[in-house]
Amino acid sequence: MRKADRVATMTPPVPSASAGPPGDGQASQRRLIWRRFRRHRVAMVSLCVLAVAYLVAILSPFVAPSSAGAYDADYAYAPPQRVHVLDDGRLGLYVYGYRSDTDPVSLARTFTVDESRKIPLGFFVRGEPYSLFGFESDVHLFGPQRVGDPFYLTGANSQGQDVFSRTLHAARISMSVGLVGVFLSFVLGVLIGGVSGFFAGRVDTVIQRLIEFIIAVPAIPLWMGLSAALPPGWSTLQIYFGITIILSLIGWTGLARVVRGQFLSLREEEFTVAARLDGVGRLRIIVRHLLPSCAGYIIAALTLAIPGMILGETTLSFLGLGMQPPAVSWGVLLQEGQNLRALSSAPWLLFPGLAVVLVVLAFNFLGDGLRDAADPYER
Amino acid sequence: MGRYVLRRLLYLIPTIFLISAVSFLIIQLPPGSYLDTVIAEMAAEGRVDETRIAVLEQRYGLDEPLHVQYLTWIGGMLHGDFGESFLWNAPVSELIGSRLLLSVAISLCALLVTWMLAFPIGIYSAVRRYSFGDYAFTMVGFVGLAVPEFLLGLGLAYVAFTWFGQDVGGLFSPEFQDSAWNLGKVLDLLSNVWMPIVVVGAAGTAALIRTLRSTLLDELAKPYVDTARAKGLTERRLLLKYPVRMALGPFLSTVGWVLPALVSGEVVVSIVFNLPTTGPLLLQALKAQDMYLAGSFIMILSLLTVLGTLLSDLLLAWSDPRIRYGNR
Amino acid sequence: MNGEWTPGEADVKEPVLRIRDLRTHIGVDGGVVRAVDGVDLAVGRGETLCLVGESGSGKSVAARSVMRLLVPSARIVTGEILFSREPEDDPVDLARLDPRGPAMRAVRGAGIGMVFQEPMSSLSPVHTVGDQVAEMALTHSAISKREAREQAAQMLDHVGITQPRKRLDDYPFQLSGGMRQRVMIAMALMCNPALLIADEPTTALDVTTQAQILDLLRRIQDEHGMAILFITHDMGVVAEMAERVAVMYLGRVVETGGVTEIFDAPRHPYTRAMLASIPSIGGARGGELPAITGSVPPPLHRPRGCSFHPRCAVAVAGRCDEHAPPRIDLGDGHWMECVHGEESR
Repeated sequence: MRKADRVATMTPPVPSASAGPPGDGQASQRRLIWRRFRRHRVAMVSLCVLAVAYLVAILSPFVAPSSAGAYDADYAYAPPQRVHVLDDGRLGLYVYGYRSDTDPVSLARTFTVDESRKIPLGFFVRGEPYSLFGFESDVHLFGPQRVGDPFYLTGANSQGQDVFSRTLHAARISMSVGLVGVFLSFVLGVLIGGVSGFFAGRVDTVIQRLIEFIIAVPAIPLWMGLSAALPPGWSTLQIYFGITIILSLIGWTGLARVVRGQFLSLREEEFTVAARLDGVGRLRIIVRHLLPSCAGYIIAALTLAIPGMILGETTLSFLGLGMQPPAVSWGVLLQEGQNLRALSSAPWLLFPGLAVVLVVLAFNFLGDGLRDAADPYER
Repeated sequence: MGRYVLRRLLYLIPTIFLISAVSFLIIQLPPGSYLDTVIAEMAAEGRVDETRIAVLEQRYGLDEPLHVQYLTWIGGMLHGDFGESFLWNAPVSELIGSRLLLSVAISLCALLVTWMLAFPIGIYSAVRRYSFGDYAFTMVGFVGLAVPEFLLGLGLAYVAFTWFGQDVGGLFSPEFQDSAWNLGKVLDLLSNVWMPIVVVGAAGTAALIRTLRSTLLDELAKPYVDTARAKGLTERRLLLKYPVRMALGPFLSTVGWVLPALVSGEVVVSIVFNLPTTGPLLLQALKAQDMYLAGSFIMILSLLTVLGTLLSDLLLAWSDPRIRYGNR
Repeated sequence: MNGEWTPGEADVKEPVLRIRDLRTHIGVDGGVVRAVDGVDLAVGRGETLCLVGESGSGKSVAARSVMRLLVPSARIVTGEILFSREPEDDPVDLARLDPRGPAMRAVRGAGIGMVFQEPMSSLSPVHTVGDQVAEMALTHSAISKREAREQAAQMLDHVGITQPRKRLDDYPFQLSGGMRQRVMIAMALMCNPALLIADEPTTALDVTTQAQILDLLRRIQDEHGMAILFITHDMGVVAEMAERVAVMYLGRVVETGGVTEIFDAPRHPYTRAMLASIPSIGGARGGELPAITGSVPPPLHRPRGCSFHPRCAVAVAGRCDEHAPPRIDLGDGHWMECVHGEESR
């Protein structure tokens, strides 16, 4: 239907059938968004992927077969093992062991599959002890049934550490940086963007110039400069928050723009004017009326801001300016792949990259779906 | 138009001030003064040159308050004095020149590649919405946005190295490193440089395709398209003359955030590929706390990006009659 | 319906456009909207037919079906749209043409000109007026750019634009709304079409400008002798423009007739209600205007039987809510679809 037909009417336009049941307007709007979102299948799948990913990250000591630090120099650069599901026609998980030969001249070690040595795998097996939420345990979701057997699902690094386990452990830092960073950006963005959009005028102009400035400056050199300034003596936790704050210092701008745009259009809407005429205070208007109306957009913008944070941390750590070993983050792990020689003989060092791509992809899809669902004028 | 240009040029003043302030902040941030780092360096080498310390102290006004130091630094910069790199024991201005040029060249090439790819694909995706091709490009685009530059760089380098036996890194193969310019050297340069350019441009291309697609979809729904159709124009002709022309503005104006992203990407990618551009040197400088070198890099990169954005904005404004005739 | 006749067709001498049982359906979320659901219309050479109805009545979709300018989700399901540019030409069924093909493109602009509602957004903001007007001539005749430009200048002069040669190099945003609509009309007239479709051309304009544009349309119709299919929701405009009127409600023409019959002796309850709800021109102010009770039902929930019965003051229970109303010939090209015609006949 063309706009003309909507605007020029002799009778008021009819609310469409999808307006939902009457009652609490907020709840029905939320329900509407949720219903539109569920139709977005890729976004739904992404939501599930992310839920699983965060669960794995939280439970990584339990889910990962070995700890982040465990190493066995005998298995440096050991290639990935293939998991066999059928054992002599019966169901039974196992991998084969390695046979390693060392070239007498170059001293390079090569691994071959040792089919004579079966390493049975199992679920809920005992392994390295760990503590999770204050509980001490040594039960792992899966792993070799005999403690100490080599188990490298996606190969080993230069020190014979399990790349797969380390990727799971690293998710804790890499994926939470996104959340914490976005939370900080959110506070900054909503505060500054909200102020900008609500007061408009000169305040708005100044804030807009500031945002334009931050957007116009290449972020990575700036991030690099700021994170290089973090004191070398800092603990992992301090560096973690340092990096997150640095990322948010630049990351809030996108959110602020969304919030401002929403506020600018909403402040002219009738209900804001009505509230103002009723003598409702400004802060109250912001909190009670403006924020809930653009919650959908804000959530979508938040979701879409997370990938930037994750990629930022990964890049900084990869360059050696972010998280430092022995802390594990995806960027730290990928640093091991920086050397092309090492990479050419052990391409599985890029496996953590797969995790990065998967998570970032899922966030982008989810954010896209949310944004579409939040848009009342969907096409 | 005149007012628009004037306004944009006036905005440049606070922008430049902010850039210089941030760069100066980065120089100042590391604990201990620049001088401490130099003295530590000298001590490590075994001899402390008191006269040089005095010279440096005087030059940067290190015993003065912070704002005086800032003014000294800025004043020096206006005369082409960017400070001294103790890492290289040379003036920063000497180190930066050629590397900066290459960085700019690679970023601009990447911008061109980005546009050349994104433009036709974006049009295709919008016009053939929901077609197989649209879905495929959308999918590739999403993945392109999800892969960090350095990872894409590593992946491509791995493929080139193991499958094609190409040794990636640097701008020239060893045999051409010191030779004079000839066709072989140019070809060698191209064979080495395309990969960083593609990697730098990849994420931008993906983002631009999505931008163009959605702008064009908006434009395609506008009444003037119906007017053109009602004239009896062919689809192709009316598409190129009206909606594509209209979408061109928003498309080109993305340079405002594409250019900074490309410069950012170039810094990272040149580190991966070890190109003689600003990236590796900036990283080295930062790691060694060679702060005048690092600060100058950040300042000049930011400055060039902002200027590039400004230039493109002005061109864009000039191409839009609504702005040219001062309607805005 | 036997498809042999169209209401009023017999009374239309030399029809330039005949629409028979046109059904245009639009796919939307959760169903299909039958925007045009069996429309019959005829426009005679040189006459003005006003297609009038509320928003959502399908009048715009019907007009766009003629030009084949429908949104991608819309589809002409059945029906004929017979158009002949010259009286001696064999009519072409536009409904069967490829909307992107050369035959349809030849009709657009040259055979049928169209003027849209929003002069603001219907012109490209980044091309000059001269470019956009001359383009029409360049598309349909083999003339040089210079000639096309000259013709454009003459046409701008013709539609009452002062200093036409200077205006050629202006951009639309430099013109007022009324001027823009004149440019749109000039553009539509460039190839001397046999039919001009005007889709709410004055809705977006202020009242004074509106009157000027209506004057202009009447003048050029006199001079060019083309037929006008005028789409509007405004009965005041209908009174000023129409020779014949077709009233649409929910995708169907519920009443057709000469403008005097429709205004002086409206028969369909909907037409009556609509006429009653507008302030009479020059009439006394004050008092309350009767409004049509209820509102247009949601497009996906079309009432059974006569679609107007939920809002109709004289609906017959068990009849109007069950069966589609019959089509009644009231004589002199006056037709309607309502059970109440049967009784009075």
